[in-house]
Amino acid sequence: MATVSLEALRGPHGYLRAQTRWRRTEIAFWLATLLPFLLFPSYLQLASQIAITALFAVSLDLILGYAGIVSLGHAAFFGLGAYAAGLISKFGWGEPLSGLVLASTLAGVAGYGASVVVVRFRHLALIMITLGMGLLLHEAANSASWLTGGADGLQGVRIRPLLELFSFDLWGRAAYAYALLMLFLTFLVARRVINSPFGLSLRGIRENAVRMPALGAPSRAHVRKVYTIAAVMAGMAGALLAQTTSTVSLEVLSFQRSADVLVILILGGAGRLYGGILGAILYMVARDQFSGINPQYWYFWIGLLLIAVVLFLPNGILGGLGRAAAWWRRVSP
Amino acid sequence: MLGSFVGVLFDGFAYGMLLFLLSVGLSVTLGMMNFVNLAHCSFAMLGGYVTVTLMDRLGWPFFATLPVAFLAAAAASAALERALFRPLYRASDLDQCLLTIGIVFVSVAGAAYVYGTVQQPVQLPDYLRGAVTFGSLRFPVYRLFLIGAALVVTVVLVAALEHTRFGARVRAAVDNQRMARGLGIDVDGVFAVTFALGSGLAGLGGALAIEIVGLDPSFAFTYLIYVIIVVSVGGLASIGGSFVAATLLGISDMAGKYYVPQLGAFLIYLVMVGLLMWRPTGLFGRR
Repeated sequence: MATVSLEALRGPHGYLRAQTRWRRTEIAFWLATLLPFLLFPSYLQLASQIAITALFAVSLDLILGYAGIVSLGHAAFFGLGAYAAGLISKFGWGEPLSGLVLASTLAGVAGYGASVVVVRFRHLALIMITLGMGLLLHEAANSASWLTGGADGLQGVRIRPLLELFSFDLWGRAAYAYALLMLFLTFLVARRVINSPFGLSLRGIRENAVRMPALGAPSRAHVRKVYTIAAVMAGMAGALLAQTTSTVSLEVLSFQRSADVLVILILGGAGRLYGGILGAILYMVARDQFSGINPQYWYFWIGLLLIAVVLFLPNGILGGLGRAAAWWRRVSP
Repeated sequence: MLGSFVGVLFDGFAYGMLLFLLSVGLSVTLGMMNFVNLAHCSFAMLGGYVTVTLMDRLGWPFFATLPVAFLAAAAASAALERALFRPLYRASDLDQCLLTIGIVFVSVAGAAYVYGTVQQPVQLPDYLRGAVTFGSLRFPVYRLFLIGAALVVTVVLVAALEHTRFGARVRAAVDNQRMARGLGIDVDGVFAVTFALGSGLAGLGGALAIEIVGLDPSFAFTYLIYVIIVVSVGGLASIGGSFVAATLLGISDMAGKYYVPQLGAFLIYLVMVGLLMWRPTGLFGRR
């Protein structure tokens, strides 16, 4: 607690600089992400899925956790990225890195377009608009089966080896390295965005969207920017999934995927950057372990968990851990 | 050509009446407490399963099961309102959304566990089967009955809201909750009763829906989207708005499925997004 008041004395810049400093736990965490290569070489395919899901969750965290925009249709950008990456490779451009850049750029353009609409709404209308746009895109992909393959999924996705050296095989070594690297790079960007004055004003918008313009921060322009950034990241996650698995199905655009990523983020803790990553690890590992049970019963437990988190753990697991740590510091001086 | 047009119009209207029954309760409770209850259709599904169970396993007649479906949904929603929803009235939209999505997940899985994922059959009494023919036009009796039932509910609802003391309290709480509290109206109590009644109507709608759209555990999700479209297009706490929106949605959905089946539900979502962009508070919304 003493450190916080010291930061306050040094003013906003001191506060922001203190936020950007790397903590030991953070460095340990990122080093630990390399462990699967040594400890679980047969689970690298799962690990790459986790990294992709974590990237998707971090992108949702930017708009939901920081800017306070509830979205029930975030899978739209994930799916756009996935279909874009798949189609690019299908039409003969199988190089993964440039495909990734193209696919995420496309998702970003779509995200900017959507953001112009999204900033005009709050509350129920906002939830409905994001849900509606997600459903719209899902139906569009379903109808345009000449392009997307419809319900059968996209056929003929061929991805060249990464840097012409590492091919995406069943072991998933290249897949995990690729996904992890992209997760880390985008995480650095997200971390930089959040710990900038821009990131602070996003939090201001979350708390009071009407007051921020009065303080000189243009709410709508800020929301448009962060929404576009989040769309690029979501598109990148989708493209990664398409490239590492060489398949694209309608499921990437489904409401289920939007709901899943929301659950993951809330479970881990929204507005905390690491919340989405932690949530993705827990959720995906648990789903892998319980893959024997019928998916319908899986959602029974997810539902119970959601109810419990909302009622008893308002800021997710990371929020709960933070409170426990604060309590521990109080009782043991 | 004309015959099929009238047929689509009639089927769409009957379907719209079903959507109205399912959604009118949510419209009123959302307008009153601003509580985003995405679990509304779970209560409808409960009503449907109550009817199926009573008819199939206990041999009750169809009409006797309808009041039970209403009461079961109302009782379940009242219990949930007390236990889970009440602490969250002042919470954010997101928390309310998440809690109620959690309830939907649980109810869908619960229904799948008890009844399996197959469509549940319903045996209508003979006098509701068949159709009335009118020249070359054919009107199924059950749909006529559905329209009649929905119209009766509408008249009763409007009369109760406009001409009873309780209705006046509801309107006061919707218009200005703080002022209503200041005048000594027990808003929480009024809300609890309204919430139970609205969920009961959804339960009734769920029971009546089996014959038209079938009943399986995904009902709570599939129709949630329709119900929310009706509520957000019709405007909060507006019975007339819900009625018009449900009719429009029912007819345009039927027409879309009949004339341009390859577009699927695309048309409906397009209409919804377009309408919301044009009027974010709904066609008849005041806020």
